[in-house]
Amino acid sequence: MRAPAELVSHVFRNPESIKGFSMGDWDTLVRQGRQADLLARLHALLIQAELDAAIPAVARWHFEAATTLADTHQGEMRRELRRLRALMTGLDFPLVLLKGSAYVAADLPASKGRLIEDIDLLVPAERLSEVELALKRADWQRVGLSEYDRRYYRRWRYDAPQLQPLRRAMVINLHHAIVPDSARYRPDANKLRRRATEIPGFAGLIVLASEDRILHAATLLFHDDGLSHGLRDLSDLDLLLRQAASEADFWPRLLARAEEMDLDRPLFYALRFARHFFATPVPDEVREHLRSAEPGSATLRLMDGIYTRMLAPAHRSCTDALTPPARAATYLRTHWLRRPPRQLVPHLVYKAFISPYQREPNPA
Amino acid sequence: MKLLQLPPGELRRQLAGPGIWLRTGPFSLQVRSRLDAVAEGLGELYGQYEVRNPRETFADFHVSVDPKTKLTQGLRPKVNFSFDGVEPFKPEPLDQAYPMLERGLDWCVSEHAHQYLMIHAAAVEKHDQAVILPAPTGSGKSTLVAALVLSGWRLLSDELVLIDRKTGLIHPLPRPIRLENESIPLIRAFHADAYFSGISRDTADGTIAYMRPPKESVRRQHEPAKPGWIIFPKWIADGELEVLPRSKQGTFQFLTQHAFNYSQLGTEGFRVCSALIKQTDSYDFQYSRLEEAVAVFDRLAASCVTTKAGN
Repeated sequence: MRAPAELVSHVFRNPESIKGFSMGDWDTLVRQGRQADLLARLHALLIQAELDAAIPAVARWHFEAATTLADTHQGEMRRELRRLRALMTGLDFPLVLLKGSAYVAADLPASKGRLIEDIDLLVPAERLSEVELALKRADWQRVGLSEYDRRYYRRWRYDAPQLQPLRRAMVINLHHAIVPDSARYRPDANKLRRRATEIPGFAGLIVLASEDRILHAATLLFHDDGLSHGLRDLSDLDLLLRQAASEADFWPRLLARAEEMDLDRPLFYALRFARHFFATPVPDEVREHLRSAEPGSATLRLMDGIYTRMLAPAHRSCTDALTPPARAATYLRTHWLRRPPRQLVPHLVYKAFISPYQREPNPA
Repeated sequence: MKLLQLPPGELRRQLAGPGIWLRTGPFSLQVRSRLDAVAEGLGELYGQYEVRNPRETFADFHVSVDPKTKLTQGLRPKVNFSFDGVEPFKPEPLDQAYPMLERGLDWCVSEHAHQYLMIHAAAVEKHDQAVILPAPTGSGKSTLVAALVLSGWRLLSDELVLIDRKTGLIHPLPRPIRLENESIPLIRAFHADAYFSGISRDTADGTIAYMRPPKESVRRQHEPAKPGWIIFPKWIADGELEVLPRSKQGTFQFLTQHAFNYSQLGTEGFRVCSALIKQTDSYDFQYSRLEEAVAVFDRLAASCVTTKAGN
């Protein structure tokens, strides 16, 4: 079989095709899957499709080891979430879990085979210091940052610097908004909070409604400058969409919410690339509706060129001559979306010419 | 086919081109490098290892060691290790090329092979019983291991002990033994067969060199071994020879701290470690002369044989 350049999403779309894989294909799949951080999820997919027996013996341990790691991480995450909540009983408002930590707590299919190292919390901006203090009392420490980074975070980021517990590997990120305050698309975090729902088994922690969760994931993905886990994040979106599609009125709710929060452009891209890589089922009416969010045809062609490259695993076997310019374009585009030029230019100059020559602070 | 059967030109050509395919213990490697030092080190230290057909297509780890040119690093050429495009280390001076390959291979295994409990220790075997030698730095562990394998013990590993999570057996990963400074002339004097290569001077650790593993250990690199003892060696100049039993609890704690992936395995790590402690005796071992140390180990292995015969 002549394999396409990018094998990971190919297997997600056609799990049966592994039966015809050569050893060279398996070599490529393991390498790309490892780079994309999707080995454990591929393993889960093959088990679910009852195809795991077709994994050749020599390649098998790579999948099993990744699954072992993902399972331990998730167990650790659940323990940490319980501990976290117990330590923060003094707070009179629930904490909103975001991203991977929310998928695990709510036991969503998007947590399948997912390595999650961070707990992401959405906290009202005015309560941020209160939560930070409570965490500090519970021995979560701030991870080392340079003075520039600290100022930058405080001023422009939508999150506070990371907090890490002593002696443990998990990290907490505190967010007061879901994208930077200076960004072009700026969904109102309080609106999200109002639709959030409780998680059975984790009193005091809440998660976003499914439409908000998807819009959040889509916005983050198309604001991400490095896309180091682009394909995995897109796979999360695929799993979130597939699951939410079974809820009553999901699609109309999603579209209405996207319009309300001015997020139909990121949603348009998310659905377009989820369909491209994972063949995510999207009803025709939904695609028809999102026509209005479509950019001009030249922009769309450019975005296709950029994101089909950037979302593929960052492995030699799926890069071409246009990958480096695509990378540069993504970096500029996402920074452009995050902040106006008068902030952007000094920041990029600092990151390119000053910070590489500074000594890194010691990690906490 | 063994690596030593490749003509030197061919080894160099494959390394610089499609890569050389090697098997060390349970892992298959594809190694690439344009550097002569790497070709020389591999040629001299890995002669007994199986190489595979260059058209072979699956490898566990695809690694390379090549010069890096980066303006910010100044004019002195540096070298870096790459695992399939990922560079886990900072570039090092060119003469570190070979040690960097060895360090990189250890990194590949310890970061990924979670089908094992991986302990930072050495292991040797005789009469079907293995000794695990955990390795606090400066204990002279590698020196003792080198002396043991030159005296008829089988080398299972010098850095990374792989405990199969299902069977509790040690999977050998025999690779060259890394020795530092005075250990090098000491081992040369200990046995005429000791062969060294990949020597680099002026490193952060002083002079380092790699000792070629015994032929027999490489030939039997797919034969697992049963752990019998955990012995914590300590070299003390002119000290008395001493073998003291150690508490199982203390050993357990030490292992959990020195296993690369104890926390990544969760409760499974606890289970594998407990089973290991249960089936082994552990000792603190103090020595000053290698000959005496080897004699103690030989008596230990022999005692086990007689007990078995007695049963």
